[in-house]
Amino acid sequence: MTSISSASPAFTGRDPKNRLYGPLPDVSEEAGYVEEHPKRVGFFTDTSVCIGCKACEVACKEWNFLPMDDAHGNRDVMGLSGMSYDNTGQLGANSWRHVAFIEQSRTVDLPMPSVGLPGATRQDSGPSPANSSEQSTVEAQASVLNAEALSEFDPQTAQSGTDTQIRWLMSSDVCKHCTHAACLDVCPTGALFRTEYGTVVVQGDICNGCGYCVPACPYGVIDQRKEDGRVFKCTMCYDRLTDGLQPACASACPTSSIQFGDLDELQARADARLATLQSQGVETARLYGRDEDDGVGGAGAFFLLLDEPEVYGLPPDPIVTTRDLPAMWKSAATAAAMMLGVALSAVLGSRKR
Amino acid sequence: MTEGLATPGAGWRRADGPPAQQRQKRRRRSGRRAAGEVAMVDEAEFTSYYGRPIIKPPVWKSPDVPLYLFLGGAAGSSSILGAIADLSGRPALTRVARLTAGGGSILSVVFLIHDLGRPERFLHMLRVFKPTSPLSVGSYILAPFSAAAGATAAVELLGWFPRLKRFGGAVAALFGGPLATYTAVLLTNTAVPSWHAVHDKLPFVFASSAMAAGGGITMVFTPVAEAGPSRKMAVTGAAIELTMMRRVEHDHGIVSEPYRIGRPGRMLDAARACTAVGAGLTVLVGRTRLGAVASGTLLAAGSLLTRFGVFEAGLTSARDPKYTVIPQRERLAARQQEDHASSVTS
Repeated sequence: MTSISSASPAFTGRDPKNRLYGPLPDVSEEAGYVEEHPKRVGFFTDTSVCIGCKACEVACKEWNFLPMDDAHGNRDVMGLSGMSYDNTGQLGANSWRHVAFIEQSRTVDLPMPSVGLPGATRQDSGPSPANSSEQSTVEAQASVLNAEALSEFDPQTAQSGTDTQIRWLMSSDVCKHCTHAACLDVCPTGALFRTEYGTVVVQGDICNGCGYCVPACPYGVIDQRKEDGRVFKCTMCYDRLTDGLQPACASACPTSSIQFGDLDELQARADARLATLQSQGVETARLYGRDEDDGVGGAGAFFLLLDEPEVYGLPPDPIVTTRDLPAMWKSAATAAAMMLGVALSAVLGSRKR
Repeated sequence: MTEGLATPGAGWRRADGPPAQQRQKRRRRSGRRAAGEVAMVDEAEFTSYYGRPIIKPPVWKSPDVPLYLFLGGAAGSSSILGAIADLSGRPALTRVARLTAGGGSILSVVFLIHDLGRPERFLHMLRVFKPTSPLSVGSYILAPFSAAAGATAAVELLGWFPRLKRFGGAVAALFGGPLATYTAVLLTNTAVPSWHAVHDKLPFVFASSAMAAGGGITMVFTPVAEAGPSRKMAVTGAAIELTMMRRVEHDHGIVSEPYRIGRPGRMLDAARACTAVGAGLTVLVGRTRLGAVASGTLLAAGSLLTRFGVFEAGLTSARDPKYTVIPQRERLAARQQEDHASSVTS
């Protein structure tokens, strides 16, 4: 294992095409773990089964000794956000998991669906689990969470009145551990580094609190503790990983909404889950952060969402800022040359005395 | 099956969400400038999570960082002017430029360190070199610059080592240009929408603003007979600054908006006025003592206000989710249209 804090992941010359942007098959190797290293791990957060219990937030706070704060990141204040059942408000230095809560309504202009047992009136929709001889976990989950359940009987959706439907969306947000992590790219001290698991972690004894990573993150994840000066964010429980344990949030999740594992395996599982939901008519389901061709080269923590990303407070099309860094350096160099030229012509063009 | 979940979007709206339109109009009215400005951006509807920002606004402190940007710029351009003036035999201008560069660099280091969350760990900046981090590159520009410019200014004051002085001034001049422009990359290499979008223009804004400031300050303290180069550099810088800032303020749709409205808008209005009047006065009365002092001060003030305005505009764009969501939505729509077009033609 080589020390990578002194190496710049983007400019070392190997594979110049995707150093700053685009898909990277082996992010740990690119970061300098050229010899053997564990497979890249990640989170798959399936929000269609999230019940908003916030066990992940509590487990994270307890394991990582995160101090208390209110919905705006103010330390040691017990504040209610007053906007919903979400009193955490945002990801920040003291909240490394954040369960978003959105109550939505829509008008239904069709007659009230008949109330009955799930599946009683619509046996035609969705694959029938009874027909297949072997039931995989996915199918078992699907029989509970078919489209009809999501639209009528699931706790996330309820009828209120005759013409308005209400549903609750809940999603446990977390650091994305991007393939191209802007926070890591812009860190001037090497405090942020890529672990052998492909995750991104801050070294607290190196960080000097310059704060550059804070506005660099396209998701607004990492933040500074004012009273401490340094920045903090999710480590994907680096300490637990090295001991062969799951991250605290994943082990606390009672519905397997947060799934931890090897990233390639999670991706396959997510694709299957999406296909199941779509075959059941849940066409608003989509994966977020799964695409390796997206602006951050794919995320290590990705999501299955039931609405547009911005509804959950996620950027719809994040792009790692360092994609444009070569163009910026070029502009800066040209501008510096311009200064030299102007100063030179100003001196040469002035008569002495 | 009801249309509901089967159709994208499915008609779901946040149950308690305020109408997006009202919110935007209120914001607009409060911050509009009077002068018959045409609305650049449609009142686009967008969704957000309870109006919360998506990205985190920079935690950089307000007087520190804009002052650092200003001082670094003024010091950088003065050091170049000083080195060339030295070679062309203008001792008074050389002396003033060296003192400006030295003083500016030392002060800017102070402000930079003061802005750190852990100032005592400033030297951690120099433990690695990362081209992907403008702050790392900047540290390796600022460190030699402030050492060379500071030492040159010190020996200038003491009057020792004339040849070493010339060498120190040349080294400082070498790093002067990069010092003035890297700070633009520092701001644009973030997810802050109004900074990132102008990444090809901001280095030129900062370079020209630096020349206006450096030229202005040296003009104030140099005898008018020798300050010709200062005046020329300042006027050229001011002209480029005005042109480039106009493009920053208008060329980028909705993310240009923060440069025109609210506090940053007022600051940049003031900056424009100071810079334009300062440049005009330089041309007209820059050869009189009083005129040089007045116009030089105005140019420096214009540069300072530009830095504050650009900094504040970035904060504004980071705090309102619409500046993050709407451009990204437009980008997605354009990409989908492109995909669609290519799939039709092929």
